[in-house]
Amino acid sequence: MSAKKYDLALAIGGAAGQGIATPGNILARTFVRRGLHLYAYNAYQSIIRGGHIFLTVRVSDHEILSHGDKLDLLLALNQDTMDRHLRLMGPGSRIIFNGDEIKPGKTAEGAELCPMPVNELSNNSRNKLVQNTVALGVCMFLFGLDFKVLEEALTLQFKKKGQDMVDENVGVARAGFDYAKANVKAFPQPLPEGKKPLAVWTGNEALAMGGAAAGVKFYCAYPMSPSTGVLHWMATNARDLGIMVRQVEDEIGVANMAIGAAHTGARAMCATSGGGFALMTEAIGMAGMMEVPVVFINVQRAGPSTGVPTKTEQGDLWQVLGASQGDFQRFIVAPKNALDAFNTIPELFNLVDKAQCPGIVISDLLISEGTFSADPEAINMHPKIERGELITESTSEDGYQRYKDTKSGVSPRAIPGLKGYVHVVATDEHDEDGILISDEFTNPHKRRKMVEKRARKLANAVNDVAAPELEGSKDADVTLIGWGSTYGVIKEAVEQLKEKGVTANQLAIKWIVPFHADAIHGILSRAKKTIIVENNHSGQFARYLRSETGFSADGHIRKYDGEPFMPHHIVEGVLEQLAGKTNHYVPYQEVMV
Amino acid sequence: MSTATSVVELKPKDFKGKTDPDWCPGCGDFGVLNGLQKACAELGLQPNEIVTISGIGCSSNFPGYFNAYGMHTLHGRTLAVATGVKMANHELTVICTGGDGDGYGIGGNHFVHTARRNVDVTYLVMNNQIYGLTTGQVSPSSSIGMKTKSTPFGNIEMPVNPITSAIMNGATFVARGYSGDAKHLVDLMKKAIQHKGFSLIDIFSPCVTFNHDNTYTFFRPRIKKLEDEGHDSRDWKAACEKGLMWGDTIYTGLFLEVDRPSLDQLEPILETGGPIAHRSAPLTKEQSQKILQKMM
Repeated sequence: MSAKKYDLALAIGGAAGQGIATPGNILARTFVRRGLHLYAYNAYQSIIRGGHIFLTVRVSDHEILSHGDKLDLLLALNQDTMDRHLRLMGPGSRIIFNGDEIKPGKTAEGAELCPMPVNELSNNSRNKLVQNTVALGVCMFLFGLDFKVLEEALTLQFKKKGQDMVDENVGVARAGFDYAKANVKAFPQPLPEGKKPLAVWTGNEALAMGGAAAGVKFYCAYPMSPSTGVLHWMATNARDLGIMVRQVEDEIGVANMAIGAAHTGARAMCATSGGGFALMTEAIGMAGMMEVPVVFINVQRAGPSTGVPTKTEQGDLWQVLGASQGDFQRFIVAPKNALDAFNTIPELFNLVDKAQCPGIVISDLLISEGTFSADPEAINMHPKIERGELITESTSEDGYQRYKDTKSGVSPRAIPGLKGYVHVVATDEHDEDGILISDEFTNPHKRRKMVEKRARKLANAVNDVAAPELEGSKDADVTLIGWGSTYGVIKEAVEQLKEKGVTANQLAIKWIVPFHADAIHGILSRAKKTIIVENNHSGQFARYLRSETGFSADGHIRKYDGEPFMPHHIVEGVLEQLAGKTNHYVPYQEVMV
Repeated sequence: MSTATSVVELKPKDFKGKTDPDWCPGCGDFGVLNGLQKACAELGLQPNEIVTISGIGCSSNFPGYFNAYGMHTLHGRTLAVATGVKMANHELTVICTGGDGDGYGIGGNHFVHTARRNVDVTYLVMNNQIYGLTTGQVSPSSSIGMKTKSTPFGNIEMPVNPITSAIMNGATFVARGYSGDAKHLVDLMKKAIQHKGFSLIDIFSPCVTFNHDNTYTFFRPRIKKLEDEGHDSRDWKAACEKGLMWGDTIYTGLFLEVDRPSLDQLEPILETGGPIAHRSAPLTKEQSQKILQKMM
């Protein structure tokens, strides 16, 4: 924690069922209401009760891009957390725990243990969650805040459960606060206040809200971690927003249902993770062939097969690139964070409506289940909506051809129900009129014409999406290349490298298809040294970059243990490579979660 | 939607599609195609009000031969796509057409759930008890003992019973037709289309090329109409009993019809405002403010 920039990270560790979410939520809301930035990463297991959960919340008066490298405050809700994480707590840190039940181990010099006599403070309450509320009281004191702030937050959190519940929690929290005041030292720097209250959202909520803002009227899904948050947000807000939300029997049904709704004229979207996406792929090709605009979201988790369901990875790039058989047109985009994910959805809908083809968003657990602060004024709920060449009213009655061979390749699309535009769409190859040609030996010329017509739709699409730009000093010693969710952590690593005397810059790639191959090749060929940072084992992006540009990077930093990069992992990887020790660095994940 | 002021009464031939069927001469599917053209004409429907949706297989080429909006989708996915279409615009008449392999085999999961949800679509399954387009392999409705290219020594698997399956899965209109009895089939089709909810007509549609067991000659003496037997289509137990019969007597007709709200009738989003496909895309200021407030 430096005096100039407030930067504090706290972690709450315990078992599933110990109620980590509630204090996490109360603290997060407290921070953003004070106008502070935050990022929270929850390391958890695919388990409903038991196991180990570790929620890291980092808070600052500046924008935060990752969960950082160190912890200042640990709330250990069980012995397991104490045993696993105490050794990571450095000088100046505080460790809050239930002194009645948890035995601390060896503590680093300067780390302060704060045992709470929970039984005494809670009048021997049998409520197992009471230690969380006591800990919140202690936290407020450590942050140098008035108790009133917590009282308000607890009232808001528990008012639905009745006044008794509010009174009990406020009482216990006050006992914790007063106890801390008498027995422990607050952090030297009190929690600052930002310019204006901020908002808080997860990446999944941002994706869902992006859909709502884009005018999605049909959302369907099959639950799958870590994408389920999109379904939950949609289901919760569906009635207010006039969005139809369906939970379907499987992801095959999801993709096909979304295409049915989209063909009929509604903007339709669905989200899943890698396994569900695998089931959707045949239908994605159908959307390509029938020329139906639909948005599919793949929130990656560690694979293959069921993999590590609650851990992050960037391992689905080639699955997405290879989704469905045959050549067909689609957009593929990997947003950088929650706000970018939000903005990407309306942009992508406009693109797919214009080109009449599927669009695929690659997110991952890190973005989707990460909690971000956001400036509400930066969230544009009324983006531009462009439906492309969509016919929604009967005007002409003669000679309509659904797949008319036009110069742009885009054929005006009439929605079913209109008089005068009756047509058939087909997954088989078809002619301009939608009549099947797939089985006709005599029609190779028609087949070629239709393939080329569809291809033309995206021939110049690269001009419709922003080219990536180098961020940081132009003549840096090293250029770090990332895609999607690694943007924030790489940016922070670049700042840390500067402190160590190494100038680095970042080329963050967002648009995978269309790919700004020329611009990217131009930038990289001028770089002194290039290192690709990605969250997978085989260097999926490195291979894609090579296939599209012929460019091979000098080095690689790859992580595939399920946990996301921390800034120092990248810093160390860069330093080792600059020292010529290796060109392939795999960081070691210190915290055994 | 429609700008026309007067509705022209159409004849069956007006529902003829842009191309002629490429089915084998004598294929049972011709009877189904002719039947639906007649049924739609007699119901006074217009081509732009109808969407026919199919999967893959001989019978799934149906939408191309029928004058209406059509979707020729992936193998087995008919009902999933149809649910999306119907829920996006519940004013459309959605008619699904396909075969037994498409509907009861690869699409079996969607069959179960579309019936359970009571999605308001009419499902015409041209059941020939064989895979025809792939040149004659066993289907989920092939009889035990049937010799096909993939079961050269005879099928050992129990066939699916579409009638009792549909009833058990919650379908609200369950019927069986025979493409060799056009008048009866047209009557069933009209009832099925008018029924609000998921309606199945399993139609014996003999494959003259690959199924030499279940031929017109096989069906003709065995088929008896439920209507001639005083069957009560509100009695699901009797429907199941009659649906299970397979031997000297095989029943056609309406096994079961029950009233249960369809999915679009139950969907709160559709209570007001018309089809979602026609709604304006942007959120209102009020809607977006409410969302943003929740994040603070």
